[in-house]
Amino acid sequence: MNWEVGSGLNIGVILLTVIIVAAMLIWVERRLLSLWQERLGPNRVGPFGLLQVVADMIKIFTKEDWVPPFADKFSFVLAPAIIMVAILLSFAVVPFAPGVGVIDSNIGVLFVLAMASIGAYSVMLAGLSSDNKYALLGSLRAAAQMISYEVFMGVSLLGVVALSGSFNLREIVLAQADGWYVIPQFIGFVIFLIAGIAESHRLPFDIPEAEQEICAGYHTEYSGMKFGMFFVGEYLGLVLISSLITVLFFGGWMGPEFLPPIIWFVIKSFIFIAFFILLRAAIPRPRYDQLMSYGWLFLLPLSLLNLLVTGAIILST
Amino acid sequence: MSLLFYLAAFVAVISTVAVILQTNVVHALIYLILSLLSVAVIFYVLGSPFAAVLEAIVYAGAIMVLFLFVIMMLNLGQHTRDQEKKWLSLKGWILPCLLAGVLLFQLVSVLSSYDQNMAPETVGVLEVSALLFGPYVLAVELASILLLAGLISAYHLAKK
Repeated sequence: MNWEVGSGLNIGVILLTVIIVAAMLIWVERRLLSLWQERLGPNRVGPFGLLQVVADMIKIFTKEDWVPPFADKFSFVLAPAIIMVAILLSFAVVPFAPGVGVIDSNIGVLFVLAMASIGAYSVMLAGLSSDNKYALLGSLRAAAQMISYEVFMGVSLLGVVALSGSFNLREIVLAQADGWYVIPQFIGFVIFLIAGIAESHRLPFDIPEAEQEICAGYHTEYSGMKFGMFFVGEYLGLVLISSLITVLFFGGWMGPEFLPPIIWFVIKSFIFIAFFILLRAAIPRPRYDQLMSYGWLFLLPLSLLNLLVTGAIILST
Repeated sequence: MSLLFYLAAFVAVISTVAVILQTNVVHALIYLILSLLSVAVIFYVLGSPFAAVLEAIVYAGAIMVLFLFVIMMLNLGQHTRDQEKKWLSLKGWILPCLLAGVLLFQLVSVLSSYDQNMAPETVGVLEVSALLFGPYVLAVELASILLLAGLISAYHLAKK
């Protein structure tokens, strides 16, 4: 066994783990939500309801996979694949622990941003090809939201990049040996957190798929495994954003010696995943125009200001 | 490395031809995105990872999203497809093909005179930024002023 960055074993284990964790999160989310809402949640299938995911998977695989006759078949089939591929490719640059990772890239941060913007096509093509009013409305909202929030997502990261002097995520973690970047870059962290929720369109920013207003938004016409890919893709996005926050602002795998680095990484990421789920239980959805003006009029100036002040401090010391 | 280059170049050429030949606007756009991404791979293979990622972020990720956004609003249906089919008649292809053939001939003759054993050197983010904010700072500023002018005029037009 060789645990080197980029070995075949490494890639296989990371790919499998990430997908299984994303699928298990469906159960975790339902149980945690019911805990906070004083319900029980899914607890019938297997111990603690743990096999609920397996049952869901069997159901989703055996369901009829229906492509509407009025849909544009090419883009309809392509759309769910794009989001899975884009998010799974982003995991390639995430440093999980020393020696655990797929690629040690000098353009890691930029690569993640590029994949995030490619992922936007998934929801747009899904809505456009469905030829359905609700789906089109959902994907229009998704497109506007993702383009807008990508901007601050990029700008909020630049503070971290300036402090560490590298786009390499592994070097960013190593640069946090003396102190996590969440302290000097607190504003950047908050903006990245908000932009991350908007990018993975989770509640409270799930306006593209607001059930009460526009059915299920862009995936209204999807069924079977294609819907399953959107569903798991959303959880994959959640895992990705949580691990990126851990890497960029909370020192990645670093922690006291008594636990191995990978365990620290998992603990820190899970705290953020749980926080995202709690947000879903706690905060209602804003109106669409409120979301856009909040982004452009408040978050953009704030993130630019953050970058300016960070640059000034770095230059003066 | 050179196998990667030829593979990416092949995808780029085929998908760019598909952009022109597609009658469905959305499909043409998807092929254009594919073509831009394969150009990004070519940049990477040639030793410029920064240009590669910028190609993916700016062209494939931002500008093409706006194109798709506009197409979504316009709701182009069967009518435009028929129109496209009419424009793509065989007769219209003869002259452009001849002209492009002349250009291709020139290009091949120029390229074949170059030294082909040039090893690509990697140009990192730092080198590119040092150039952009060093000798080319004036060009960067001028480009940003141009973009600002575009922004302001778009705001003005939308406000009317």
